[in-house]
Amino acid sequence: MSVAAAARTESTAAVGSLSWIVQKVQRFALHIAVILLTLVWVIPTLGLAVSSFRPAFLISTTAWWTALSPPFQFTLQNYTDVLAQSNLGQAIFNSFMISIPSTVIPVTIAAFAAYAFAWMKFPGRNWIFLAFVGLLAVPLQLTFVPVLTFFVAHGIVPENLQSLGLPPWVGLWLAHAGYGLPFSTYLLANFFRQLPSDLFESAEIDGAGTLTVFFRIVLPLSVPALASLVIFQFLWVWNDLLVALIYVGGTPDVGPLTVNLANLTNSLGQNYQLLTAAAFFSMIVPLVVFLSLQRYFVRGILAGSVKG
Amino acid sequence: MDFSVLIGDIPTLVSVIVGVPLVLVAYIVGAEFLVRRLPDKLRPQVRPWIWVGPAIAMVAAFLFLPAVATFIQSFQDNHGNFIGLQNYATQLAGFPTGGAWIAVRNSIIVWLVLYMIFVLIFGLMMAVLFDRVQYETIVKSLIFMPMAISSVASSVIWKFMYQYQPPGETQTGTLNALVTFFHHDPVAWLQDQWPNGIGILNNLALITVATWGLTGFSMVILSAALKGIPADLLEAARVDGAGELTIFRRVIFPLMMPTIVVVATTLVIFAIKVFDVPYVMTNGNFNTDVLALRMYNLMYLSHNYAAASAVAIVLLVAVVPVLVFNLRQFRAVEARR
Repeated sequence: MSVAAAARTESTAAVGSLSWIVQKVQRFALHIAVILLTLVWVIPTLGLAVSSFRPAFLISTTAWWTALSPPFQFTLQNYTDVLAQSNLGQAIFNSFMISIPSTVIPVTIAAFAAYAFAWMKFPGRNWIFLAFVGLLAVPLQLTFVPVLTFFVAHGIVPENLQSLGLPPWVGLWLAHAGYGLPFSTYLLANFFRQLPSDLFESAEIDGAGTLTVFFRIVLPLSVPALASLVIFQFLWVWNDLLVALIYVGGTPDVGPLTVNLANLTNSLGQNYQLLTAAAFFSMIVPLVVFLSLQRYFVRGILAGSVKG
Repeated sequence: MDFSVLIGDIPTLVSVIVGVPLVLVAYIVGAEFLVRRLPDKLRPQVRPWIWVGPAIAMVAAFLFLPAVATFIQSFQDNHGNFIGLQNYATQLAGFPTGGAWIAVRNSIIVWLVLYMIFVLIFGLMMAVLFDRVQYETIVKSLIFMPMAISSVASSVIWKFMYQYQPPGETQTGTLNALVTFFHHDPVAWLQDQWPNGIGILNNLALITVATWGLTGFSMVILSAALKGIPADLLEAARVDGAGELTIFRRVIFPLMMPTIVVVATTLVIFAIKVFDVPYVMTNGNFNTDVLALRMYNLMYLSHNYAAASAVAIVLLVAVVPVLVFNLRQFRAVEARR
């Protein structure tokens, strides 16, 4: 606001004077720069969006912007084709099955832990919290080999879990939960700490137990922080490729959308008409989440990054 | 598409959506029930561990202990025999193009440095420029949107931008249409190892994709910091006759420096771990390998877990400065609390 307000105060220069003209030119250049930057950022997505509705023979012979002038030749064929051919429906289902528990588990466990870090006293509290902060920066790659070895040795792999009648994603859920915990705990503990302590004291005087305070006071007051965290973790898991590749591999019956899309990219090669539609399918859920909850998403990013 | 498969899966879906939270709540309620049965004196000693226990256990199981195990394994061969630094020696042999050197070069110079600079400069530029127009909100949303989609989808979007047809044919890729419009031969952006096979051009093409995806992140944070600068400070500078550029250089930029550093540390972690974009676009061919991708290939194609562990440790070494910085920053903030 500050800079904008100051800059917007159209200055005191008299209309038609030299400084007035200079200012007008500067404003014009500013708008051009802003619009140009935005266009550069939008064009790639726009190109793919337009192409996904074009017939295959046109995609391979003409550029996408020719579709924006008559004759308009649009079709839904790519979408129906890719749904028929590529296990996309199964992959969408898998993505939900992976993302929902992989969000619920770490956020809940982190809320428990954050409550303890913020409002309980126990030996080593600060050191353990410091360890969580340190682990924020540790690359996940460091954990893949031992965790995968452990999963394989103890049968926590999709085929085996399925034969036991369990969901094949249990290992992946736990891994995502473990990976998401340092950030989730850090974010929530910082938020819980800022809640007014009188609230807790008066609740305790009224005889409220720890559970009541947590579920009736802390959680309702923390809805904004919880919402940002849930969105963040959900999108992170939904968009993840590497962790899914490591723990459930590329098999179509358990793999998420990202794995499916990456496989399509390799197998279809130049068959872009199907790839365009598949890419858009994979973007629907994140874009809906993003557009409807953008404010919380941005708040989560700010809380996570502007430390302290 | 066969929807019957999905309908058969609905009971699983419901039981997971209901079951997982139920187990977690049952845990805390049950444990609290037990804690209340304890004598008064023991209760405050046991209770915190009930609440913080699951998180510590999971972080230990999935992050801390595996990291230690990887460290140990990087000094062993694939049968668990201690072999000293041999894994590292193999990975770092044949400088400048053998072993993991191409991946090291790309991860450190191309991704860590160039990518970080791109994201910071574009983010800062947008934060400052967008702050001065009335339609800021919508423009920021459009820039930020790629943050929501996966790097896999971004890569598909950009494969389309980079599409290449032989010279003389109609160019269907946006960039090559632009290039041929200016009477230049079309460029195979992802394969072209200009200059002299070093591979700067195609690596730049890859970081363009990631920059496009992440600039919204740095823009949002830097923009928030910019709006936190007191208006009277800038007003005072203007009254003193300072031009907009001077104000940016002498007032805005120094005040934003702490935030820029924080964004940079986050970007370091992103950059060193980058995997999706090279995996989807080139699979590390044409001199575009990175450490994370090399480690994945060592694990999955060669089943060489020892070598993969050594590469993972190299990754860790690259983020140690950030890790130390984060811890110091955190302790400084704690001290002020």
